[in-house]
Amino acid sequence: MVFPIPHDTTPILEVTDLQVELVTADRVVRAVDGVSFRIGRGETVTIIGESGSGKSTTAMGVLQLLPEDLAVLSGSVKVGGVDLLVDRDAARRIRGRMVSLIPQDPMTALSPVHSVGKQLTGAIRLAGHPRSAARARAVELLEAVRIPRPAEQLDKYPHQLSGGMLQRVLIAIALAGHPVLLVADEPTSALDVTVQAGILDLMLELQERTGIGILMITHDLGVARLVSDRIHVMKDGRFVESGEAEQVVDAPHEEYTKRLLAAVPQLGTFEEVPA
Amino acid sequence: MSAFLSVRDLVVSYGGFRAVDGVSFDIGKGETLAVVGESGCGKSTIARALVRLVTPTSGSIELDGTDIAQLSEKQLRPVRHRVQMVFQDPYGSLDPHLTAERIVAEPLRGRSAADRHREAARLIDLVGLPASALDRRPAEFSGGQRQRIGIARALASSPDLLVLDEATSALDVSVQAQVLALLADLQRERGLTYLFISHNLGVVKQISDRIVVMRAGRLVETGATDDVLRSPAEPYTRALRAAALDPTTMRGRKPRDVVRQLQGAPA
Ligand SMILES: Nc1ncnc2c1ncn2[C@@H]1O[C@H](COP(=O)(O)OP(=O)(O)OP(=O)(O)O)[C@@H](O)[C@H]1O
Ligand SMILES: Nc1ncnc2c1ncn2[C@@H]1O[C@H](COP(=O)(O)OP(=O)(O)OP(=O)(O)O)[C@@H](O)[C@H]1O
Ligand SMILES: [Mg+2]
Ligand SMILES: [Mg+2]
Repeated sequence: MVFPIPHDTTPILEVTDLQVELVTADRVVRAVDGVSFRIGRGETVTIIGESGSGKSTTAMGVLQLLPEDLAVLSGSVKVGGVDLLVDRDAARRIRGRMVSLIPQDPMTALSPVHSVGKQLTGAIRLAGHPRSAARARAVELLEAVRIPRPAEQLDKYPHQLSGGMLQRVLIAIALAGHPVLLVADEPTSALDVTVQAGILDLMLELQERTGIGILMITHDLGVARLVSDRIHVMKDGRFVESGEAEQVVDAPHEEYTKRLLAAVPQLGTFEEVPA
Repeated sequence: MSAFLSVRDLVVSYGGFRAVDGVSFDIGKGETLAVVGESGCGKSTIARALVRLVTPTSGSIELDGTDIAQLSEKQLRPVRHRVQMVFQDPYGSLDPHLTAERIVAEPLRGRSAADRHREAARLIDLVGLPASALDRRPAEFSGGQRQRIGIARALASSPDLLVLDEATSALDVSVQAQVLALLADLQRERGLTYLFISHNLGVVKQISDRIVVMRAGRLVETGATDDVLRSPAEPYTRALRAAALDPTTMRGRKPRDVVRQLQGAPA
């Protein structure tokens, strides 16, 4: 094992004053402008906020997944006490094993020319399982993410699956590695609400059982309120409000957070027994 | 009033698998029909059939009186610009080599360069992106920004029917509200007709007149949106309704308890 699983007081993830500048041919964008947060054992911390505010860039920065010729990072990102910005090789060693990502974008995360099964068993083998057990484990993982007829799906290619099925394949891949930290960027955005409930249950159950820390990004304030210990509200690269989930959603202090909550489409009640 | 779009007994198969298995519905001109349902139940497949990215196995798709279900590519040419689609996947559906301006103006081939530029700039502004976005390529945008480029492109050819497949799923609720308002404005001004696929029942309630609930390739319930969402008749629709998370109603409850209660869609 590369890192010890942190004991109760060392945070699983501690991000201090992270800045990310994206350098393109004609300009420099400060996508993340000094954010700090920590995730302890068994905790879920969620970033909500404006489209383009830097949420995914924060996630990719934490995991050191931004191309070196694109991103300049400063601050510190400690996983189990090891600063990934200092020990650059550490990120590569732990990714897919102790730290997993559910990316926002299924199609660029999966290769179009390999079957779903091949890509999932690849992740399973990276996590140290023998080849002989990989297919059985793959079926198990697809079952866990509520994909119907899992064995059949393994032979399909990404374009043959629906949007929500692909999203669940990404979740299965992320869970293949027994992570201590899961970074989930919009993990349920393509799921209907009944399947979403199943996935949230799976994540909460895993957290109860293993003490996994979760960094979640979502536009769904209901999901955020449900699963988070703390919520950070992001706008223009910064956190404009941070607090306990209940406080941020039930009694926000900042104007921007209030505006977000006011924009949630209201569904109202329904008759639980058919007329 | 005769329907603007009339779909009858639509079947779409991939190999031997019937992803859409005999679905019928109508949409009137200037109306919004929402399609909701289980992940993998065939919603995107219906969308792809309507814009004829796939050819239906059987059934008819009458658009303003013409059945387009089996038209050849050549026969489809005069119809294509009238039906546009916003794709579920904002990543895979934008050409990574083109600038946002080229992507948005792509349907405007044949117009002058100045015209195309003006129109692309107008559309980019309409979806809430800055003018500087025009020169950038897809990789330089966030998920929600790409989704809005997809919406701008779909609007470029002034379609009569817009098929929106999870078109606001990557937007924060505030930008989503702006996009929904834009769609409502366009509908009022230009009589656009929408087929709106979404997992978000709150959004569906806000935008749609009528709703179709699907499961496993079939239609299980349909009706006026407000009626179906207020008193769903089918067990599956009730399960969907029960699993919708409202941030304001879970005060003081333990996540596991809420989630357990939400689970258990009927088999
Ligand atoms: N490769 C890149 N080159 C230049 N700018 C980029 C690049 N990637 C992202 N950006 C910009 O950085 C900012 C932050 O993007 P990011 O993807 O982190 O946003 P986000 O908060 O995840 O938004 P969304 O909710 O829409 O996914 C955006 O303004 C985006 O346009
Ligand atoms: N090109 C294809 N080849 C084979 N099967 C396919 C193909 N495209 C889709 N399918 C299958 O058809 C079914 C319906 O897929 P579709 O994408 O229409 O679902 P959906 O309702 O849009 O789901 P989601 O809400 O997850 O996006 C799924 O079982 C999927 O695996
Ligand atoms: Mg993002
Ligand atoms: Mg779909």
